Amino acid sequence: MKKLLTYLKPYRKEAVLAPLFKMLEAILELLVPLVIAYVIDNGIEKGDKNYVLLMSGILVCLGIVGLIAAVTAQYFSAKAAVGFSAGVRKALFSHLQSLSYKECDRIGTATMITRMTGDVNLMQTGVNMTLRLLLRSPFVVLGAMIMAFTIDPVSALIFVAVIPLLYLTVWLIMRVTLPRYKGVQNRLDRVLRKTREGLTGVRVIRAFNRQEDEQSEFNEANEELTKFQCIVGRISALTNPLTYVIVNMGIVALISVGAVRVNVGILTQGMVVALINYMAQILTELVKFANLVVTITKALAGARRVSDVFEIQSSQTAGKRTQGEDTKEILRFENVSIRYYSDAQPALSDISFSVTEGQTVGIRGGTGSGKSTLINLIPRFYDATQGRVLFRGIDVREYDPAVLREKIGIVPQKAVLFRGTIRDNLKWGKEDATDEELWQALRVAQAEDFVREKSFALDEPVEQAGRNFSGGQRQRLTIARALVRCPEVLILDDSSSALDYATEASLRSSLNTLPESVTTFIVSQRASSVRYADLILVLEDGELVGVGNHDELISDCDVYREIFDSQFEREEDV
Amino acid sequence: MNRKQTIKTVLSYLRPYWGYLFLSLSLALVTVALTLYVPILTGQAVDQILGVGDVNFPEVFKILVSIAASVSVTALAQWGMSLCNNRLTFGMIRDIRRDAFKKISVLPLRYIDSRPVGDLVSRVISDVDTLADGLLMGFTQLFTGCATILGTLAIMLFLYYRIALVVILVTPISLFVASFIAKRTYSMFQRQSTVRGEQTALIDEMIGEQKLVLAFAYEERAKKRFSDVNERLRSASLQAIFYSSLMNPSTRFVNSLVYAGVGLVGALAVISGCGFTVGLLSSFLSYANQYTKPFNEISGVVTELQNALACAARTFELIRAEEESQDSDADPLPETVPGNVSLDHVYFSYHPDQSLIEDLTLSVSSGQRIAIVGPTGCGKTTVINLLMRFYDPVSGSVKVEQIDVREISRYSLRKNYGMVLQETWLKSGTVRENIAVGKPNATEDEIISAAKASHAHSFIMRLPNGYDTPIGEAGDGLSQGQKQLLCIARVMLCRPPMLILDEATSSIDTRTEHKIQRAFSKLMEGRTSFIVAHRLSTVREADCILVMRDGKVIEQGTHSQLLARNGFYAQLYQSQFAH
Repeated sequence: MKKLLTYLKPYRKEAVLAPLFKMLEAILELLVPLVIAYVIDNGIEKGDKNYVLLMSGILVCLGIVGLIAAVTAQYFSAKAAVGFSAGVRKALFSHLQSLSYKECDRIGTATMITRMTGDVNLMQTGVNMTLRLLLRSPFVVLGAMIMAFTIDPVSALIFVAVIPLLYLTVWLIMRVTLPRYKGVQNRLDRVLRKTREGLTGVRVIRAFNRQEDEQSEFNEANEELTKFQCIVGRISALTNPLTYVIVNMGIVALISVGAVRVNVGILTQGMVVALINYMAQILTELVKFANLVVTITKALAGARRVSDVFEIQSSQTAGKRTQGEDTKEILRFENVSIRYYSDAQPALSDISFSVTEGQTVGIRGGTGSGKSTLINLIPRFYDATQGRVLFRGIDVREYDPAVLREKIGIVPQKAVLFRGTIRDNLKWGKEDATDEELWQALRVAQAEDFVREKSFALDEPVEQAGRNFSGGQRQRLTIARALVRCPEVLILDDSSSALDYATEASLRSSLNTLPESVTTFIVSQRASSVRYADLILVLEDGELVGVGNHDELISDCDVYREIFDSQFEREEDV
Repeated sequence: MNRKQTIKTVLSYLRPYWGYLFLSLSLALVTVALTLYVPILTGQAVDQILGVGDVNFPEVFKILVSIAASVSVTALAQWGMSLCNNRLTFGMIRDIRRDAFKKISVLPLRYIDSRPVGDLVSRVISDVDTLADGLLMGFTQLFTGCATILGTLAIMLFLYYRIALVVILVTPISLFVASFIAKRTYSMFQRQSTVRGEQTALIDEMIGEQKLVLAFAYEERAKKRFSDVNERLRSASLQAIFYSSLMNPSTRFVNSLVYAGVGLVGALAVISGCGFTVGLLSSFLSYANQYTKPFNEISGVVTELQNALACAARTFELIRAEEESQDSDADPLPETVPGNVSLDHVYFSYHPDQSLIEDLTLSVSSGQRIAIVGPTGCGKTTVINLLMRFYDPVSGSVKVEQIDVREISRYSLRKNYGMVLQETWLKSGTVRENIAVGKPNATEDEIISAAKASHAHSFIMRLPNGYDTPIGEAGDGLSQGQKQLLCIARVMLCRPPMLILDEATSSIDTRTEHKIQRAFSKLMEGRTSFIVAHRLSTVREADCILVMRDGKVIEQGTHSQLLARNGFYAQLYQSQFAH
């Protein structure tokens, strides 16, 4: 967690100056009761109007200097806090981008996003408030006590008693309430879950006439939340009354002691007034300090979570090679096994096969049989636990990952587009692609027609996640995106599921027009999509149970036949 | 919903708690009055401590007792006020949430379908939370703040009006400074939140789809785009935070002017000897010290309240939304019907300018099977929506047993249907609870035999706690196929006379799919069934096929009739064998 502080380093000057200026402001505030004491004891006592005037002038000056000091401090602390959080965010973003699929799976995208947004913001507020208040609040409290000592050591003992008592009270209340806030949060989460359930399941709930049961379950969760909120509220509501009582009892004590000591001439009336003022100042600062503690606690928790993410390092080390060997065997799996982070069973075990340049490879198998895993090993999204994956005769781990991936065009299962224009999205495939190249890719992907029909063609805006396009259009655009880079290997991971059969058939025949050297991998649930592949890999439960073309497999491979029969029958109709 | 209506609605939710509100306000007055009284007492005490040998001890003691008493009462009143406010606020938001959820069950599906779930959830959860925060702060600080300002001025005027005049003269400066900064800050915060929104969207995309970023080696380009928006956020945040942090020092400065002014005028008044004492000066100074604090708080509360009202308006918009048409009271259907369904010249559209179903007429007699086919996303669910009366047709009618469904209560209509959707929905609860959704009082035997009949029993028994295994909303830990089997078991338990089934497309492994098919066949025996179909056998055996495309029913007939017609259905069918 200390490492995070390095992001504050560029703002060292601000981070030091902000608290110093805050302390200057505090010193000036501490002088005010003293000036008033002089007014009472010297000015009023002697009836010296000029003296009173002078002192009022001093008060105004103190105010002006205080204002300047405070504004300077606020500026420095804001600059340091904002700069710090921008630095952390940037570093965190780069760090996350350096992680491999394995770490992405482990952290989870939702978590990564909250770390980048919510947690970094908590830290920013924490730094800002700490710079402003962490020194100032205790300083004012201690300063008030020290000033009290300079006035009268005996009266000051009251401060010595009151201050710890105040801190103890606040600490106890926070200790009791903070964990209970978590309880409130848990109950709120339950209410949220019920609400979400009621909405996502609205059809089923109505179909089964379950509305009233759902309502009563919601009410129960809702009541529970209210009960808890009231309990926590009752305790935390004690803070203000208790501190108010303690400080005022301190004032009562000060007056009693003051009365005795004025009577014997140790103190003056003005000094008693000053002591009372100091006591009042403590209360204001204490409230600020309590809030600060909450802010810092939250910020530290956020910082801990962020630094946990920083701790995670990519499990892959990048190679340097940019060229493979001069061989027609474009891809070879040698006894490859892989097991995912949290799984007991390997996702793939002992897979071996070889692919020649220009072949079309179909991959078949049920859900969870390891089709996508196999695909993901080719561009080295994951590393094999055992065995090797060779791309043009060289282990994929020896390549520079960016270079390796540039040779491969992948169309993922989920057709995701990004905000921007169609052109922006296609250029993901190749940054400097010309319009010519983009249109060519769209043509092959069967997307040219509908893109031409858009009012802005290539510059047609794409909304978040591409929701202004239909599922089929999105899929064709993602295929075009992969084609733009003219890949050596094209991977289609079940990426024509949203196309109707006619469109899929024309896509298939237009893919045949790609240069002969392009090797294509097709994962598909549709028997017809892979039926005419040069090579079909059949997976079941992570094992390769069949390799060959359709005719060979139909006669030799039970699993293939079973899948083919059931699905072919199904497809015949629609 | 405009602001006036929103406030009116808030007040109507406040009504059951007016006792608490009244008590809270009374206690607030007590608190303010006593808090203002204590400095007077302190001042009086100071006046009894004049100098050596000039201290009136009995009087000081009497005053100190009063101070202690006032302080104790204040503390109690403060606590009582907080408790009332808690009750009031938390009770109110409980009522609002309850009503909002209740509303969800009577909203037309049109309303729910046209809004993202996240948006509706936030109307029930976070918007109501913001309202609670705003109300709590409003009650505690707005009222006490105003009362404190007025009380202070009143007491000052009463004690010594000349000093009060000094304070009153400075007040407008205080107000002006506060509102000036608040206004500037608001626009800067708006800019900050725009840029932040932009950044969050980028993070959502680049981190959310990190795998694609890696696949396309887009990392460097992503970093560049991020750096750019990050820099802009930095400067926007710096301005917003800096300006908002000016509020405190500025008002404190105004406060120090008030303080100096009071000190000056007060001290001169004491010297000129017109009855103004040092004790009074001390009281005045402590008022002056606290004087601008309520101004700060009020300006904070006002923004908070504005925010709260904006959020409340969103929630109330949900609560006030138009409900489903009134349900028919009459239940002309018997407990179970034979299952004759007919659609009579039905027209339907989701949007008035885009008509989907035009003049659909269909007559289904008891026990028949209707298959609905078409490419993905062609609107097959539209038909389900009409049958289940999730939506009403624009014109024409849907009839069950010759009775228009609009004359049947939704309850008894839906009781006669069993529905299994491809998008499975499980509630958080145990496996048993999920099966018994349609029949909460089912016996253990009934549940198990339903599970067996739908081929779910064997995998349920393999779960860690069998039927008592808890499953989450998303059904985590279960495969898609297993989830669907559970949903089938649900229907199997109720055995309604009419069925709506959605055949799985692709995401289910072959074996489970066989089980689902067998379960479906068993379920369909002797029942009127509507099936969103993907399998040839289903279509061949169907008594009627509805062919849908782009949300419209374009063809209708049996398998052989449709092939003979050589239309879209035939084309779809042919494309399978064309190569």
